[in-house]
Amino acid sequence: MAQAHTAHDGSHGSYSAYLIGFVLAVILTVASFAAVMTHALSPGMALAALTVLAVVQIVVHLVFFLHLNTSSEQSWNLMCFIFAAASVIVIIGGTIFIMHDTAINMMSR
Amino acid sequence: MLGKLSFSAIPLDVPILVGTFLGVAVIGLAVLGAVTYYGKWGYLWREWLTTVDHKRLAVMYVILAIVMLFRGFADAIMMRTQLALAYNGNPGYLPPHHYDQVFSAHGTIMIFFMAMAFMTGLMNLVVPLQIGARDVAFPFLNSLSFYMTLVGALLINISLFIGEFAQCGWLVYPPLSEMQFSPGVGVDYYIWAVQISGVGTLLTGVNFFTTIVKMRAPGMGWMQMPVFTWTAFCTTVLIMVSFPVLTVTLALLSLDRYLGMHFFTNDAGGNVMLYLSMIWTWGHPEVYILVIPAFGVFSEVTATFSQKPLFGYKTMVYATCSIMVLSFVVWVHHFFTMGAGANVNTFFGIMTMIIAVPTGVKIFNWLFTMYKGRVEFTAPMYWTLGFMITFSIGGMTGVMMAMPAADWILHNSLFLIAHFHNVIIGGVYFGYIAGMGFWFPKAFGFKLNEAWGKRAFWCWFVGFYLAFVPLYILGLEGMTRRMNHYDNPDWYPWMLVAEAGAIVIACGIVCQLTQLYVSIRDRNLPENLDLTGDPWNGRTLEWSISSPPPAYNFAVIPDIHGLDTFHTEKQLGLKAHGKPLAPIHMPKNTSAGVFIGLFSFILGFASIWYIWWLAAIGLIGIVATMILRSANRDVDYYVPVSEIEHNEEVYSRRIAAAQAAE
Repeated sequence: MAQAHTAHDGSHGSYSAYLIGFVLAVILTVASFAAVMTHALSPGMALAALTVLAVVQIVVHLVFFLHLNTSSEQSWNLMCFIFAAASVIVIIGGTIFIMHDTAINMMSR
Repeated sequence: MLGKLSFSAIPLDVPILVGTFLGVAVIGLAVLGAVTYYGKWGYLWREWLTTVDHKRLAVMYVILAIVMLFRGFADAIMMRTQLALAYNGNPGYLPPHHYDQVFSAHGTIMIFFMAMAFMTGLMNLVVPLQIGARDVAFPFLNSLSFYMTLVGALLINISLFIGEFAQCGWLVYPPLSEMQFSPGVGVDYYIWAVQISGVGTLLTGVNFFTTIVKMRAPGMGWMQMPVFTWTAFCTTVLIMVSFPVLTVTLALLSLDRYLGMHFFTNDAGGNVMLYLSMIWTWGHPEVYILVIPAFGVFSEVTATFSQKPLFGYKTMVYATCSIMVLSFVVWVHHFFTMGAGANVNTFFGIMTMIIAVPTGVKIFNWLFTMYKGRVEFTAPMYWTLGFMITFSIGGMTGVMMAMPAADWILHNSLFLIAHFHNVIIGGVYFGYIAGMGFWFPKAFGFKLNEAWGKRAFWCWFVGFYLAFVPLYILGLEGMTRRMNHYDNPDWYPWMLVAEAGAIVIACGIVCQLTQLYVSIRDRNLPENLDLTGDPWNGRTLEWSISSPPPAYNFAVIPDIHGLDTFHTEKQLGLKAHGKPLAPIHMPKNTSAGVFIGLFSFILGFASIWYIWWLAAIGLIGIVATMILRSANRDVDYYVPVSEIEHNEEVYSRRIAAAQAAE
């Protein structure tokens, strides 16, 4: 039992780290809205831009707010994250691959 | 007030079910009466029902699995008998409505409540002992997992006597499982039974993953872990990734059924084919969740009874991990014929064939472990050898069906049925029974009877081939699965052979029951008693402690210096650790799992029958029990040194007695 209770005090980032994270998150959010609302990009390009901005946003949140990094005390968290990301890619990516191909082949769409 | 529930839901017009009900009622009353007569209710409640001890939960899981095996097998022999009769105009004795429920229940019960429960039971018993831990990481969750599984099993069995079970196969494919085509409660029974037990399985996955990662004895690195623990680890990873997919898939189906949504309907934008893809995203890893721990059992059994270290430990670990990864990218092979293009089918076909490579590596590892070993032909070794032959055949027919072009002919034929029974009986079931024989003395302190174990093996082995080789042939002759009756004269003799096979397997089950009876009767004979805790000259840590182990397992946590440390130290004649004893921190028993299980049962049953006020009571009860449990700070205690010393002394006296007897 004793082993289960090993203390884990994850790093709680500094004030400046939170501030940088907040500013970055705001910039990314504003950029996403701008990409759509200014009509500067074609719909296809806007979609691509939104995807990229969303992924960057995820990374910003993970690094600055959830303190995910490559340090040794975070290694399990990082590994779990990579594992979860890989699973999501396989499950969702695989499903899209299959269903898209089926739809084309069966001319159901 | 009672939703859809009324007296007409009780199938009094089906004599088979009335008879079954009477049988179950008589046996149930006999058991309850016996417990009352011997005044064992308090003992049962304190020592078993509220326990958080992984070893006792393991025993309860395996008992559940064996009971569910009877139910599942009863379904199986009913189907075989139906098909041995229903030929050439004879309708047989099972009308389609009943027959369809039987084959759906057979698959659901055998996978979710026999195999999963058995696998979880073996993991519960062995994993903490093999890694030198005193319990699992979250002992209360472990108890809760058991009750979730039990509630699922209860719901599915209650469907026999109140209402009906699903009639659309063990994976309830839409559109047949949608409200439009299955307006009864059968599919709802399926959904709630599987969802509730799924919660338990997911918790088990998280629990054992954490246990293996965080609670290994000092010095036990990843590459010093016993193979069974490695396989359990890979299984927990698969559980954590795949079971949420099942939960979501069935949740979407329930939204379709309960709230009139259109995820999988034919109209209003639903997509039936998405259900197939999603259910098999869970379903394929699921079969590996079952078979990978069986591989672990065979590794332990082969190494121990060949009196040699496992050949190629590292390749075994890498093979297990590659199977774990590959099992996630093959799911389309369950529906090659759905209509995907050549790109998709080719990719998943090739991935499926690649799985045969690491599995082949394993087979050779076991063979080379036996090579030049002093093989002791015990019953677990019989099951292992039977597995190697049977599973290889099943694997090869699997590679045949991995070819999409061949699958076009074999899909949903009896060839497929023969294939997956070949790997599930020959791999999973043989493995679990080998494991049960191997670890039984650890759990109870006496061995299982060898002669009856071998008789059971021969009946199962011969019965399996008699029952399923005809199915391969029938599949090639074009007979499809789930058929209620037929008129092709070529099929009839093969169905009779398959029926004979099922009867031989029934003899195997009788032998297993006799084995249990004889073993319990003769438990105090000197040749059956396990005084030393190491009856097989074992290699891993579970054999270094008494049988059955004390609640805290290890008086002192052992230090690990390499693979099979226990065996190495035994060979060198090293005395066990002279470390001073200290009070041991242990979790207290709790009834919270029982009550959450009870309320989950109420929630499930009420939702199946649309009794919404009762469902609300169930839900509130679950949440309230959770809050009460969370507020309870009195959840642990310390085992005093005097008690540990006493237990250790008893153990050393038993070892001395065993040595004197030799």
